[in-house]
Amino acid sequence: MTTNMRLAWRNIWRNKRRTLITVASIFFGVLLSTFMTSMQEGTYSKMIDNVVGFYSGYIQVHHPEYWENKTIDYTFTPNDSLEQALKNNPSITSYVQRLESFTLMSYKTSTKGAALIGIDPEKENKMSNLSHWIEKGSYLKPGDDGIILAVNLAKNLGVDVGDTLVLISQGYHGATAAALFPVRGILKFPAPTMNSLGGYIDIQHAQNFFSVPGKYTSLVLMVNDYGKVNQIKHRLKAELGKQFEIMTWDEMDPVTKNMIDADRSGAYITKGILYTLVGFGIFGTIIMMMAERRKEMGIMVAIGMQKSRLSKILFYETTLLGFVGVLAGFAVSLPLVLYLVYHPIPITGEAAKAYEQFGFEAAMFFSAQWFVFARQLLIIFIITLTVYIYPLVKTLNLKLIKALHS
Amino acid sequence: MNVIEVKNLKKIYNSSEVKVNALNGIDLTIEQGEFTAIVGPSGSGKTTFLNMLGGLDSPTEGEIAIGGTDIQHLSSSELIDFRLRNIGFVFQAYNLIPVLTAIENVEFIMQMQGVSKPERLQRAKELLTQVGLGDRVNSRPSKLSGGQQQRVAVARALASKPKFVLADEPTANLDSKSTENLLDIMEELNRKENITFIFSTHDQRVVNKARRVITLEDGKIISDVQK
Repeated sequence: MTTNMRLAWRNIWRNKRRTLITVASIFFGVLLSTFMTSMQEGTYSKMIDNVVGFYSGYIQVHHPEYWENKTIDYTFTPNDSLEQALKNNPSITSYVQRLESFTLMSYKTSTKGAALIGIDPEKENKMSNLSHWIEKGSYLKPGDDGIILAVNLAKNLGVDVGDTLVLISQGYHGATAAALFPVRGILKFPAPTMNSLGGYIDIQHAQNFFSVPGKYTSLVLMVNDYGKVNQIKHRLKAELGKQFEIMTWDEMDPVTKNMIDADRSGAYITKGILYTLVGFGIFGTIIMMMAERRKEMGIMVAIGMQKSRLSKILFYETTLLGFVGVLAGFAVSLPLVLYLVYHPIPITGEAAKAYEQFGFEAAMFFSAQWFVFARQLLIIFIITLTVYIYPLVKTLNLKLIKALHS
Repeated sequence: MNVIEVKNLKKIYNSSEVKVNALNGIDLTIEQGEFTAIVGPSGSGKTTFLNMLGGLDSPTEGEIAIGGTDIQHLSSSELIDFRLRNIGFVFQAYNLIPVLTAIENVEFIMQMQGVSKPERLQRAKELLTQVGLGDRVNSRPSKLSGGQQQRVAVARALASKPKFVLADEPTANLDSKSTENLLDIMEELNRKENITFIFSTHDQRVVNKARRVITLEDGKIISDVQK
């Protein structure tokens, strides 16, 4: 330990009680803020998991013009470079193909416009657990020539399991698309908007229906860490160039993204107040410390200590105070957060029912991502740097005679 | 050899609208190995004069040369370094660094001078032994008596091998036994090692030991007696 550091360390423990109070304020600030950030990030992560797992996936690959103008003409056939890029990226855990367009669905005298989504029943079920939402009838089997319908659409059309629907649409480049699809099952989703969306058929039947054999409107990608989504997108873009459009979940679902951002902003204010209090705690200690030691500082300069060295010692003292508080905060928050990551806090009663109704697990989730902790360290460091301006100015402007007579 | 040369030293304090002439034209020469006491009633300018000699305050007029260096032309940073290498200080209230042990307090000055660790440890031990504290090297100031703290302060003042030691009322807070003991140590260091000591004091025991007594009144030297 250098002499400066040793002096700083001993100085902060000269008034143990005051130091402990300051450290305690930092400790509780770090603990509360870490707990809050971890819970927020865990909730966001779960929310995103639910949103992307439900339908959109984390990333989608499209024909470059598909998203702006969703017609069956903007389909694509996955080429070798796309397949290689997906295979070579270890962060991509799985992907499914979809063929999606608009159709008119008719039964007896009722006709409704709805989305028709061609899926690989097995792969889709693995990704989005679609079969979980079958309320009546059965889920699609591979190569199935039937359709499963969202519950409100089925009600509006007046169809039930076993009935046959007539589907009419526009196929590739204006070709007429028309076929009969027996209803295999009725889907009831927790999100009301999904219940009027449309129906799902086997992807090969969809390709035949729209006259686009071997083509898709989207590849839906799942990744192992939602924090890497942008990184994966950029890597895919770099590898594939402009031949495909790569979109992330938040670009496709800006509502959820905006909701998370709004919630984050609210939390920033709470954490801002918390850290302002912590900052004033440290500042108060530094002000008292400076006032008590003015004469001593004068003596040090009198016997030959440069003011720059004195201010360096005070810098160590200020940052050590913060560091000890952060360390104490981490010592408690790290095991606590890790425990909560593996043991989410269960939600009970009416709230639990509401969660389950939406297909969400009724629990409060936590995240132990590195930035949950690193951010606290950075904030405390910035606070101590800001507080340090006071002793720095005081030291550099120290009037020797006044200090010696104080 | 002259250690200090002071010519026409004046210090005027502007307190509100009243000018206070703290030092009123002092001329003085102090030679190597002197054991000098500066005496005078309160307000006579003793402390102001000592502050000027120590480079802690700047004169309004006049010159102070220490070892041939005109100190009022040094920058703030150069002056701090000059004090570190040329002047030893002993304060009335000891003013040791409370978080450092006796040996660390003595060693600290040499550390600032860039002396190697083994060398400064050895010298710090020797100095503390010289002032009779060889067995208290690892004690913090709070565990030492006033007399012992002042002896550590003397050791600290000597650690940098200064041209002279300035002691501002060094015995003011000590009992008679500690005063006697401290004066004996300083006198011995003065005689054996030819170290120059300059005291400001009200204490007759210090005056009795001094070989030169300079009396100030109203910022002027009114007597300068060599014994």
